[in-house]
Amino acid sequence: MVGGKSPGERLFNLSTFIIMIILMIVTLYPFWFSLISSLNSGADLARGPIFLWPREFSLGSWSAVLSDTGMLKALWVTASRTVIVTVVSILYTAMFAYAFSRSYLKGKKFYIMIGFASMYFSGGIIPSFMLMNWLGLYDNYLVYILPSLFGGFWNVIIFNANYKALPEALFESAKIDGASEFRIFLQIVVPLSKPVLAALAVFTAVNVWNDYGTTLYFTQSNDLQTLQYMILRLIQSNRAVENMMSLQGSNLAVSALLNNTKGQGPVTAQTIELAAMVIASLPMIIMYPFAQRFFVKGVLVGSVKG
Amino acid sequence: MAPRKQKGFKLGYDFRTQFELKVMLWPAVLLIFLFDFTPLFGLLIAFKNYEPIMGVQGIFTSGWNDFQHFIRVFQNFQFWPMVRNTLGINLLGQLIGIPITMLFALFLNEIKHHKFKSLVQTVTYLPHFLSWVIFGGLFITLLNSTGIVNFLLLEFHLIDKPIQFLADPKYFWGVAIGTGLLKDLGWGAILYLAAMAGVDQSLYEAAAIDGAGRFRRMINITIPGIMPTLMVLIIFAVSGMLNNNFTQIFVLQNSLNLPTSQVIDTFVYQTGLLQFQFASATAIGLLKTVFALMLLIGANALSKKITKTGLF
Repeated sequence: MVGGKSPGERLFNLSTFIIMIILMIVTLYPFWFSLISSLNSGADLARGPIFLWPREFSLGSWSAVLSDTGMLKALWVTASRTVIVTVVSILYTAMFAYAFSRSYLKGKKFYIMIGFASMYFSGGIIPSFMLMNWLGLYDNYLVYILPSLFGGFWNVIIFNANYKALPEALFESAKIDGASEFRIFLQIVVPLSKPVLAALAVFTAVNVWNDYGTTLYFTQSNDLQTLQYMILRLIQSNRAVENMMSLQGSNLAVSALLNNTKGQGPVTAQTIELAAMVIASLPMIIMYPFAQRFFVKGVLVGSVKG
Repeated sequence: MAPRKQKGFKLGYDFRTQFELKVMLWPAVLLIFLFDFTPLFGLLIAFKNYEPIMGVQGIFTSGWNDFQHFIRVFQNFQFWPMVRNTLGINLLGQLIGIPITMLFALFLNEIKHHKFKSLVQTVTYLPHFLSWVIFGGLFITLLNSTGIVNFLLLEFHLIDKPIQFLADPKYFWGVAIGTGLLKDLGWGAILYLAAMAGVDQSLYEAAAIDGAGRFRRMINITIPGIMPTLMVLIIFAVSGMLNNNFTQIFVLQNSLNLPTSQVIDTFVYQTGLLQFQFASATAIGLLKTVFALMLLIGANALSKKITKTGLF
C-alpha cells in the first residue's frame, strides 16, 4: 500500500465508492423493475408504475407465458440450438485449432489465409439469404445449426494462443508412445485447456441464446421462432398498440398469446412482455456469475492477440 | 514459435499425422468455403439486372447494368439521411463512450477493496450478457410515455408533459447512444483494466515518494500507460464507423422515429428482405463493406505513423 490516509485520499475513496454505487443501481434497477412489474397484476400496473415491490402480487403473467404452447416451442428451439451449437462448435473448433497449432502442419499458410479472409470478407445479408434458399436451409431448423458448427477463426486464434503455452515435451512423449493426433487432442489438450474451453463455451452459448437475426432473416414458420424473436414481436406489437397503429406483421404465435390477455385482467400485454423478458434472461443471469472467472481470462487472451 | 521442421519422423508416420491433421481441419475449411466464400459470388448481382425470380443461375446469367444500382443508391432521397444516422450514432457514441469507459476503468482501478471491486465488475458486466431484445425492450418500457422515467420527471415537475423518447425522432440518437453505453460500459472496461495491470508498479511508488496524490498518479502514470490500448480501440472505432449495431437499432426502431433511426444495416434489411430489391440492397451493402475496409486500413496506417502502434 502506497501513501497514507490523507483527507484528500479519503475524499477520493469516498467519491469513487459513491460513483460505483450509483452506477450499480442504474445497471440493476431496470431488471428489478421489470421483475416486480411482471409479478404485479396488469390492471393495477395500468394505474401507475411501481418502484420497489409489487403492489398487487400476481403470478398470472408468468403462468400465461410458461403455459403458452408457442412460447414453449420457442424455448425448445432456443435451448436445443444453444446446446447443440455450443457443444459441437467448441469441441470442433478446439480440435481445428489443435491441428492448426502444430508446427509441423504442412500448408499452414493456406489455412491462415482462408481464416483471415473469412474474418474480413462477407457477402452480406442478401447473398447469404440466397445461399440459404439454394441450400434448402431457408425455414429449416438446420439453419440454426449448420452455419454455426465452426466457431470462427477468432476463436481459433484464442485457442492457438493457449495451446502455445502447453509444454512441447508432453506432445513429444505422447507421440513416442504412439498416440494418434486425435488421442493427443482428447487426452492431453482438452483436459489442460479447460479454462479457455469454458470461456469460449460461455461466449458461444450467450451469442446463440441471444441471436434473433437468424430467425428474422432465414425463417418464417411459427415452429422455428426463438425466444428472443418472440419477445421482439411482443415488444413491436405492444408498441404498435401504444402508437395506435396496426400490428407490425402478423404473427400467429404472438397474437395467440396476446389474444388471451386483451382487456384489463390481471394479465396484460405489458406484463406478458415483461414476464417473457425476465424468463428469457434468467438462464444467462444464473449462468454468468459462475462462468465469470473463466471468461475474464478468455477475454484477456483474446485482447493480447487482438 | 517452435522450429518449423522436426526431423526424425519416418515418412509413413509423417503421412499418418498429416492425414489426421487434415481430417481435423477440412470440415471447417469446407464450411468456410460454403458459408463465407460462396456468398461472395452473390455480390455480382450488385452490378447486374438481377431479379429474385431468376433464382441462383440468375447471378451469372443476368446482364450487366453499368453501375445503375450504385447510381440509384446515391440518388435515393433516403441515402444521405441514412449515412448521417449511421455515422452520427456511431461517431458520437464512440466519442462519448470511449472516454467514459476509460474513466470508469480508471476509478475502478483505484478501488483497493477487492470484494467491492469484483462486485462492481460483476454487476456492470451483466447487461453485456443479455440480448438487445431484452435490454432494448427494458428501456422501451422504462422510456414510454407512461413509463417510470416520464413518471419521475413529471413528479418532480421537470417537464409538463411526457417526453416521447421513442416516438419522437429528435431523441433517438440519445436513446441509442445512452443504452449502448450502459450495456457495454463494464465489459468495455476489461481491456483498460488489463492494460492498467500491466503498468510498472514501481512508477507508482516513485511518484508517491515524490508526493504525487492519487489523482496525479492516475493522470501522469496510468493514462500514458494505457495509451497503446486506447489507440487500438480508436482504430476499431474508426473502422467500425459504418457498422451500426443492427441488433440494437432494429429493436429500438419504429415507424415514428425512422427519420433519425434508419441506418445502413436496417435499410438493407428493409429494402432487401422485405421489399425484395435484392440487387440494390446488395449494392448498398457492398459499398458499406468497401468503405469500412478502407477506413480500417486508413486508420491503421495513420495510427502507425503517429504512435508507432497498429493492428497489422
